[in-house]
Amino acid sequence: MEALTNLINGMSLGSVYAIIALGYTMVYGIAKMLNFAHGDVIMVGAYICFCSVSYLGLPALAGVALSVVGCTLLGIIVERLAYKPLRNAPSLNVLITAIGVSYFLQNAALIIMGSDPKSFSSIISLPALNLFDGKLTISATAVLTIFACVVIMVALTMFTGKTKMGKAMRACSEDRDAAQLMGINVNSTISMVFAIGSGLAAIAGVLMCLAYPTLMPTTGSMPGIKAFTAAVLGGIGSIPGAALGGVLLGIIEIFARAYISTQLADAVVFGVLIVILLIRPAGLLGKPVNEKV
Amino acid sequence: MGIKLLKPQTRSTIITYAIVIGAFLAVTVLDGVGLISNSLSGQLVPICAYVSLAVSLNLVVGVSGELSLGHAGFMSVGAFTGVVVAGCLARMGVENELLLFAGSAIVGAGAAGIIGFLVGIPVMRLRGDYLAIVTLAFGEIIKNLLNILYVGVDDAGLHFSMTDSASLGMTKGTILINGPKGAVGIDKISTFVLGILLVLITVAVVLNLMHSRDGRAIMAVRDNRIAAESVGINTTKYRLMAFTVASALAGAAGVLYAMNYSTIVPSQFDFNQSILILVYVVLGGMGNISGSIISAAFLTVLPEVLRPINNYRMLLYAIVLILVMVVPHTKIYQRIAEAVRSRFSKDGGAASQSAPAETGGEAHE
Repeated sequence: MEALTNLINGMSLGSVYAIIALGYTMVYGIAKMLNFAHGDVIMVGAYICFCSVSYLGLPALAGVALSVVGCTLLGIIVERLAYKPLRNAPSLNVLITAIGVSYFLQNAALIIMGSDPKSFSSIISLPALNLFDGKLTISATAVLTIFACVVIMVALTMFTGKTKMGKAMRACSEDRDAAQLMGINVNSTISMVFAIGSGLAAIAGVLMCLAYPTLMPTTGSMPGIKAFTAAVLGGIGSIPGAALGGVLLGIIEIFARAYISTQLADAVVFGVLIVILLIRPAGLLGKPVNEKV
Repeated sequence: MGIKLLKPQTRSTIITYAIVIGAFLAVTVLDGVGLISNSLSGQLVPICAYVSLAVSLNLVVGVSGELSLGHAGFMSVGAFTGVVVAGCLARMGVENELLLFAGSAIVGAGAAGIIGFLVGIPVMRLRGDYLAIVTLAFGEIIKNLLNILYVGVDDAGLHFSMTDSASLGMTKGTILINGPKGAVGIDKISTFVLGILLVLITVAVVLNLMHSRDGRAIMAVRDNRIAAESVGINTTKYRLMAFTVASALAGAAGVLYAMNYSTIVPSQFDFNQSILILVYVVLGGMGNISGSIISAAFLTVLPEVLRPINNYRMLLYAIVLILVMVVPHTKIYQRIAEAVRSRFSKDGGAASQSAPAETGGEAHE
């Protein structure tokens, strides 16, 4: 039963990683940039939710909605101001700008909210579920997180597959110039991707803080790195890959923590990543690209 | 005007060394007059360490063209090895600080170089962003392993443990590395002069490598891997060479950095540290050694200078970083730059003749 509990916890953590990784992978697919500020959007989302519930007295769901709206706007604004001028710049310049945005968000949060950790459990806390006469305890948070991840995945797959905007996104990530020639507005498509990614990050932020209820300005950076790892593990640019990579990473992390060593859990996660990339250099579901002369 | 007669390569090399030595002389003179504040003079050794780190990372990112996000890992290997070596040497009765420092720096660089070589073998099988994430992963793994490493020394020799300090089995020894608490009780033997020496050695190694046959091969692989391969260059060998040399230099810089503090902890050498060094390289210009030197020194001093506005200094730092990257790509800046350029070329027709040669030199560097 312990293994089953660990598996469910791992899937729940992995679902959070998967939702964050979706943002990374979509942005990478379309803008070919590593958005290192993505992890900090999670933190902003969690803070917005925290503030609207504890200071404004809104119900929890309204807080979540507000944080999704806030992060979506943040994503669009950041893209317009910091990334759009660099559309044709070398990719490293964009990377450094993203790091600058990450520092900015962290320090802005530090100034506004202070460095003391905020306890998220004081605003939203879900009960634990007892199954099989108390032999198996699952937190409702875990169930909610896995459910949210599945819903988001299905919705996103349908969105990119069926809608006009989704097709435009795929076209832009395939070949931006050709998409432009076909009359697709590349700039607004990229804005849309940032908006979706940041909105998802807000949801991930709230879900993560339900499971690990300490909120600090640096809360987002480590999950951000892990989710980036998950996106690469699954094959960066691929949406199912991000989901698979995220869930796998979460399960590996929880099991390593439970059965190997708490201190070495991260090392095990990164070790698995290295081994998988050596066997499949483009990630699990990524397509290997052969360079031609 | 004699300097203009030299080859662009020689000229930029001379300028690079002149910057380092000039900075050293300027700081020494200012310090003599008493114009260097306490907080700034405390920053001198870290500045040298970061300059060395930036120059060595530039060898990977700028010269070899591979994005590495784990440079701090090699820095920490050097730092902790250096601490252990210094501890052993001190126990053996070596008291000369120069000898202590040189011994730890050489062994630290060697250890970091070996780790860099071992890490490089799998890493160099990958390309682009996949390579970047694997260097990040190795950096985090090194940090995690150092976090559970305990090393002590007594009369019987060195003791290692991966569980806790009690299991080292020492009775009258000193603990050199104490797991997550890091290395404690380090002799603070780093000085500004040693720092400048290390910077000069790093710059000399990197510049000589760049200007050698091997260096040209490394740059050929960066510019076009397929073309380089087709003329018989072993691409993996040269990428690995740049990576290993850079790791060893980072290890030496790590020793310098560690010996400036009485305590260092593994969590200092995390992903953010690697990113910090990468920022210096990109801001200074890829493959441009003097650029790395200036930007590393400037960006290490900047937070110190901004100390009066304590709470807002990192915010301002972030804004400066974004603006430096974004502004050159805005339309207004480009229009102004164009106007300035056309003004200058109108003023002197003779000056414009030597302009192509100059821009050629910069592009080469």
